[in-house]
Amino acid sequence: MPTQNDKKISRREMLKLTGASIAGVAIGASSLGGIMHTMGYNPLDIIADNNNTKNKINFYGKHQAGITTPVQKHIYFASLNVLFTSIDDLQALFKKWTPLAVRLMNGEQMVDVTSNASIPTGDTGEAQGLDAANLSLTFGIGVSLFDKLNIQYAKPTAFVELPHFPKDQLQPEWTGGDICIQACADDPQVAFHAVRNLIRAASGKVEMKWSQAGFNSFPADGGSPRNLFAFKDGTVNPSITSEQDLNKVVWVEDGWLKGGSYLVARKIQMHLETWDRTSLKEQEATFGRYRDSGAPFGKNNEFDDFDVEAKDLEGNYIIPNTSHVHLARKSGARMLRRSYSYASGMLANTGTHDAGLLFVSFQKDPAQFISVQNSLGRMDKMNEYITHRGSAVFACFSGVSKGSYLGEAFFNAL
Amino acid sequence: MKTKLFSALAIGTILLTGCNNIEDEKTEETPATSTDLSEELSAYQQFSLEQMDQFLLETEKFVTAFKAGDIDKAKALYAPTRMYFERSEPIAESFGDLDPRIDGRLADIEEEGKGEEEWTGYHKLEYALWVENKTAGYEAIADQLLADTKELHALVQTVEVTPDLMLTGAVDLLNEVSTSKITGEEEIYSHTDLYDFKANIEGAQKIFDILRPKLQEKDKDLVATLDGNFTSVNELLAQYATTDGGFVSYEELTEQDTKALATAVNQLGEPLSQMGIILE
Repeated sequence: MPTQNDKKISRREMLKLTGASIAGVAIGASSLGGIMHTMGYNPLDIIADNNNTKNKINFYGKHQAGITTPVQKHIYFASLNVLFTSIDDLQALFKKWTPLAVRLMNGEQMVDVTSNASIPTGDTGEAQGLDAANLSLTFGIGVSLFDKLNIQYAKPTAFVELPHFPKDQLQPEWTGGDICIQACADDPQVAFHAVRNLIRAASGKVEMKWSQAGFNSFPADGGSPRNLFAFKDGTVNPSITSEQDLNKVVWVEDGWLKGGSYLVARKIQMHLETWDRTSLKEQEATFGRYRDSGAPFGKNNEFDDFDVEAKDLEGNYIIPNTSHVHLARKSGARMLRRSYSYASGMLANTGTHDAGLLFVSFQKDPAQFISVQNSLGRMDKMNEYITHRGSAVFACFSGVSKGSYLGEAFFNAL
Repeated sequence: MKTKLFSALAIGTILLTGCNNIEDEKTEETPATSTDLSEELSAYQQFSLEQMDQFLLETEKFVTAFKAGDIDKAKALYAPTRMYFERSEPIAESFGDLDPRIDGRLADIEEEGKGEEEWTGYHKLEYALWVENKTAGYEAIADQLLADTKELHALVQTVEVTPDLMLTGAVDLLNEVSTSKITGEEEIYSHTDLYDFKANIEGAQKIFDILRPKLQEKDKDLVATLDGNFTSVNELLAQYATTDGGFVSYEELTEQDTKALATAVNQLGEPLSQMGIILE
């Protein structure tokens, strides 16, 4: 529900302003009426962040939410393909999504209640009675979109599809996409509701390419959440409160993507059954960390700094040079990771858990991810227990200021 | 399906009643700007009854061929005959026990806890023709099908078409496509699912065409969207048409084909569900 301090014009107020005077003629005669009728969305809405609501993340800002936002408990990630080839359609889509995204992040319904029970409701309704649950929505565009719309000239040179990495077993049904919506919230139903309704509002314009739900749980004593291998994940992230650090690692500095970031998503299957029959010693050697504390080998605490080159008295690396931590650190590249575990039932062909990690990272250049992944390469002991099944990279727009819309700088550059 | 949501054909629009109080809007009626759908309702009734007439005539031919043991002819008549039923399904399925007797699949019968011996109708004869490749032993089922079809034909003459029957019916036709035709679960022996698919789309398109002038007054963008989306679905289907006016077997469709068809149907279904705005 919109609040009084919102400056927006509600649908009903709009009807009063425009419809009432011409209602006797038939409102459908005006094109404005036509647009409003379809699903009840009003593209003229400018909706404000409502800070009187509970568990609310702001939509507007220098950067999009969902990147440096403290990691929520749940994700619903959707990769979409567009069904059009024109820039105008793309722009109309993001203009339409902008006020809807604010409403969703306010914990509001997509539209005000309508009285016509002969049509489906504008909001699917399953988030009714729930608060915003710290919902963040993050929008990005894929490399394939530039080809489809024939606007390759606007593609930043850094923006490339990820190369094939050693041991990749990518499946087309989990790979790529023209547009992404990352919905993160502390309530799984709130995250799903947001994606479901945004896709529905774009009916006829987009189709789903792939989607994945995920979860994270945070230990009461702090520290990083554990992945399904029981190891802490995301320890070496840049500080989300250090603008300087983030500028170095996350935010793009020039062009239309200035203030935005590249999102890499990887669906990584984790072979839980083989992992579970691996000795603790071997598991820890795979990561290069102790499982319980999360501390790197030779240290006591999760966040203790370490020197990958350090060796013991016998000349062996303290953190084995085939371990995940060793290889990742050695690449010298950094990124902001925001990954979620998934458990999606079982695999019919093997009878094993269909479980793993929806790896998500943000970086100012996809080359950062490529460098780390290449460093892991064939050496990474982890390869024995995981298989990369899906992959995508998206350019996530900079933040939106009130009155503007998602991707405005991008469209101005076309 | 037969429930009448609106006692009168005259339905007040909410616009003139003022947009001040939602609770009041539902009960107020303003005859001055009412939506008179009487022409549309009778047009749809006429269409449905014509379809049912044809369905009965063609079923007679099908049953005759079947009982004569002419397997090839019965196979050729099977799918085209069913299209009359599928086109007018919103009306045909108004009769709770007749619909399963004529159109029931073995899976539906078993789901209801009934045995195979209670299975009758088109799909049982489909099984005889395509799996058993014989007609002997199925004569009684064929007779029963014709009797049931005659009963259905008599009953539909009494159906009162309501706005809700048309609006819900159009969306239901697409839902039928999305849930069973696109998965090949309707015609599991003959694989003639695309005939049903086409007929369901035609049934929905007929309702849209009848309502078009009223929709045009309310929201011409919606009409344009629906025109475009119907065209997309029909063009996709046309890729699978055969020279004899039929369609290829469902088994020839790849996963990519069915995904493209399903997406087109879903993109059509969403705006189609907005046709209820004519009752505003």
